[in-house]
Amino acid sequence: MTVPEVDDEFDERVAAGLAFVRQRLSGQYQVDEFGFDAELTDQVFQPVLRQLYRRWFRTEVIDVKNLPADGGALVVGNHSGTVALDALMLSVACHDEHPAHRHLRLLGADFVFRMPFVSELARKSGATLACNPDVERLLEAEELVGVFPEGFKGVGKHFVDRYKLQRFGRGGFVSAALRTGKPIVPVAIVGAEEIYPLLGNIKPLARLIGAPYFPVTPTFPWLGPLGMVPLPSKWLIRFGEPIDTTPYADAADDPAVVFNLADQVRETIQTMLHETLELRPDPFAP
Amino acid sequence: MTAVANGSAADRARAPRVVIVTGVSRFLGATIAARIAADPQVHKVVGVDRADPPDELAPLLRDVAVRRVDLTEGASSLVKLGAEALVHLAVMSSPDAEGGGRAAMKDQNVIGTLQLLAACQQMPSLRRLVVRSSTAAYGVSFRDPAVFTEDTEPRDVPRGGYARDILDIESYVRGFRRRRPEVTTTVLRFAPFIGPQADTALLKFLARPAVPTVLGRDPRLQFIHVDDALEILRRSVLEDHQGTFNVAGPGTLTLSQAVRRSGRIAVPVLEPAMHAAASFRRGVAGLSLDQVDLFVHGRVVDTARLVREYGFTPRSTADAFDDFVRAQKPGAVITPALVAATEQRMLDMIRSVRETRGRAGR
Repeated sequence: MTVPEVDDEFDERVAAGLAFVRQRLSGQYQVDEFGFDAELTDQVFQPVLRQLYRRWFRTEVIDVKNLPADGGALVVGNHSGTVALDALMLSVACHDEHPAHRHLRLLGADFVFRMPFVSELARKSGATLACNPDVERLLEAEELVGVFPEGFKGVGKHFVDRYKLQRFGRGGFVSAALRTGKPIVPVAIVGAEEIYPLLGNIKPLARLIGAPYFPVTPTFPWLGPLGMVPLPSKWLIRFGEPIDTTPYADAADDPAVVFNLADQVRETIQTMLHETLELRPDPFAP
Repeated sequence: MTAVANGSAADRARAPRVVIVTGVSRFLGATIAARIAADPQVHKVVGVDRADPPDELAPLLRDVAVRRVDLTEGASSLVKLGAEALVHLAVMSSPDAEGGGRAAMKDQNVIGTLQLLAACQQMPSLRRLVVRSSTAAYGVSFRDPAVFTEDTEPRDVPRGGYARDILDIESYVRGFRRRRPEVTTTVLRFAPFIGPQADTALLKFLARPAVPTVLGRDPRLQFIHVDDALEILRRSVLEDHQGTFNVAGPGTLTLSQAVRRSGRIAVPVLEPAMHAAASFRRGVAGLSLDQVDLFVHGRVVDTARLVREYGFTPRSTADAFDDFVRAQKPGAVITPALVAATEQRMLDMIRSVRETRGRAGR
């Protein structure tokens, strides 16, 4: 009795899949001015990342209500894990866990856009260069923008320094939020520190391939490609209360105000990190 | 006569009586010269080029006084014409194989503009100068923002010859603006032209059945439809629009998307190989360093200033490209009909396989 129904569902899926392929092959889809391909992201990138997010890292989200339902906002998080998987998982969290299914527009270093393939994937998944004109443009277009002000200092830090926030630079991200009057949402990501515990950095090799660092972890490069499999740590992503930037609107060009506000955001994330860590005593808990 | 030229605001806004157009031996120059000549307020249009216009453009130039002037030799013969507006379109975007290659292109672009602007300085009647520039003026760098506004400064000097010429041309125009601030100077940074009639090196490249692309890169492209470019040029001559403007179709297409929409096949090539092919004197397969730069970095500009100033929105890059594709149909390898037919065939095949299996199972 149920067999025909299952068949129909199968048929529908095949038909939908083929229709998707036809649309892609004939170029009938939209790409925004930053190169963001929403259809490709929803149909291809997100489903792959979702497996990693749910099954591998068993990610849980706390206080997703702090993420605005609409309008531009700057999501600021801690960066870690040798490879920037935390940025990708944060984008899954914003899309899957938030009722409005918002796309997080990530900001990447120029290194990302220098590399072939990586640059292509980054742009198609909605990322752009971390520079103020781009951030302000995205925020004015009411997008959710994700930034990790620690940059390489965060992702490439030693395992013993885990969950210690690094310097935040000059706080260019804050001035972009001030100029556009959009709120800053601090985010603490727990779990990314344990995926590739960084024990060393082979600097000559890094220089050779033009990378910011060449990581040595308990499994990489010893196990070859197998060493690239991230350890299955337990992840918690916690969204903090939005920080209203409108009171400082006139101070976007005042380096002291910008620096202090950046420092305040940093302190908030550090406190949130400590609190969230206590909720997860075992890094590899189920 | 000359005293009137720089008078009241109302006077500034009126259409010029005598207009010089350079580059009338090519489609864009000839067409805009004809459109301006058709305006009743304009008394005389003088068309200038170093070569005689080809026969197919002759009907357009019926009401235009065509003069043969090689701008690189000096443009003093234009000074005494009493021109109130000058449109400089004699800027080449790619070398012309018969016309002396890249060296001649650079001469025409850089020296030609230099001489022309020197002549403009000596025209007391001149009120309006319109110069063709390009979005290549933004250069190429991995640290560039995704979208260029008119105020973005180039970070790195581009590799392509055309882009370098454009930077030189704009620097000469800046100098002219300082020396003749009372002349309304309009610099139009055009995205690559597109349309059924357009015939640029980039479009010839995109019209090939197999389009070489750079492996691992999918640049964002932008085009301006030739008809919209002509409208902006017409308004720039007849109205008063001081400043530098990006002229492009809003939105973007990625190169892979453009190749798919035109039914072509992309052939990814390693960047060093592409670079080497473009570095040959004539460029292998019509490839130039300008194109390699574009195919690695892509280029998208903001058109808000144009739309605000002219009150005119060019058709989108996607629409302009589709207009080009309609004219290029014969060269398509993968047509939408073919894709749709294949889809139907696969669906039928799956269904028939499952039906026979279902029958065997029962």
